[in-house]
Amino acid sequence: MRALMLLAALLIAAPAAAGEQDIVLKEGQGRDLVAANCQICHSLDYIEINSPFLDQKQWEGTVTKMIERYGAPIDPANVPAIVTYLSTNYGSQGTP
Amino acid sequence: MGGGHGPVTPGVSAGTEASARLVALPGKVPLIKLSYRPPNYETPLKYFNDVLTPNDAFFVRFHLAVIPEVDVATWKLSVGGDALTSAAEYTLDELKNGFEQVEIVAVNQCSGNRRGLAQPHVPGIQWGYGAMGNARWKGVRLKDVLDKAGVKKEALEVSFDGADHALIGQTPDFVKSLPIWRALDENTLLAWDMNGEVLPHWNGYPLRLVVPGWTGTYWVKLLTTIDVRSEPFGGFWMNPAYRLPKGKFALVDRFTSQAMETNTPITEMVVNSLITNPVDGASVAASKPLEVKGIAWDAGFGMQTVDVSVDGGQSWRPAALGEDLGRFSFRPWSYQFVPVAGRHVVMVKATNRLGQSQPREPIPNPAGYHHNPVQTISIDAA
Repeated sequence: MRALMLLAALLIAAPAAAGEQDIVLKEGQGRDLVAANCQICHSLDYIEINSPFLDQKQWEGTVTKMIERYGAPIDPANVPAIVTYLSTNYGSQGTP
Repeated sequence: MGGGHGPVTPGVSAGTEASARLVALPGKVPLIKLSYRPPNYETPLKYFNDVLTPNDAFFVRFHLAVIPEVDVATWKLSVGGDALTSAAEYTLDELKNGFEQVEIVAVNQCSGNRRGLAQPHVPGIQWGYGAMGNARWKGVRLKDVLDKAGVKKEALEVSFDGADHALIGQTPDFVKSLPIWRALDENTLLAWDMNGEVLPHWNGYPLRLVVPGWTGTYWVKLLTTIDVRSEPFGGFWMNPAYRLPKGKFALVDRFTSQAMETNTPITEMVVNSLITNPVDGASVAASKPLEVKGIAWDAGFGMQTVDVSVDGGQSWRPAALGEDLGRFSFRPWSYQFVPVAGRHVVMVKATNRLGQSQPREPIPNPAGYHHNPVQTISIDAA
């Protein structure tokens, strides 16, 4: 059901901008979840340019802002996995 | 290019350096793409060698991803609100023919221009130098349009909405307000023409607000609705977005109806300057005259002096100021010297007619606005 809701959200969204499908996020656990949720509203280069200078707490703040201020339809149960992927792969304390 | 930075400004984050690339939107030359959707593209440095920024190189900044192609045959501007006597609607031709047409050259600069250079970096679009441009705008005075509809004495703010919107309904629509005094300023325009051409789609076709001196956030694009209000407008994009901590910046213009205890809306631009030639890291000929040139601008108080140092800030000499296209325009400047062989640290600092100048270090603030420290580049003469 959750997957269906997500699919519905993606379907009502405007088509992706030319070029953005070439963005490939770093391999890692949670990547598909992050891609599916974040690109409902924006292209994934938003993640790339805002790296690697946010720590886990700041990435959590960013995800929370997306939900609370911008109304991003992210299932609260997925937030920890999204934050972990972002801070691990695009954070100031990430290893890659 | 050069210096291993790709197209981006030296000093932006490693992630920005890796992600940003030159991409051409329809009708535009390749610009520095920071995000595809919403589109955020900055103007490469070389275009600032011209005092007026070409339309096809003018930066693009949107908050929301749906940017309709407006059909001017059906488009109308609605003017209303509880503090307006009689609401009205205008086609573009009615605006053009119904009011005096005026032109002004003015800098349109994003509040967050150069945010990407903040140390430590702060989240947001990681702009380098190019989230700005200077153009000759033609339109009608907002004051004339509002006066015709009758502004009531209780008018406090005027809000502006454009045709752009978000992909999902829960995202706040991009609506901005101005204090009534700024809306009624004779320089605040409703413009359809940019550098003698129809406004590009990406810069607000068919009509945009022009607020000379104030940061780009107020220059609402694809305008559809103007409301004169007796109460402060409470939208997200006025509060908490686009806020400065109180007391950190020596700004003149106040937006008191929106001020909170600890923060206040961003208002006018701070004094700033940019070296456009030579570029950072350039190799130049020793013992031959070298022209250092660039632009300076502020909120419209006008340039007093632009000073250049070629010895890392130990001594400063005035640059020659160039063509004056009005107090809201970029002001070109140039400075000649003969570099001896070796490395030279070149700096520029503008001072306006209020005596406001550029700090040595940026003034930290959460969103990285008003980034205007003295610029420093290195060149090698051989």
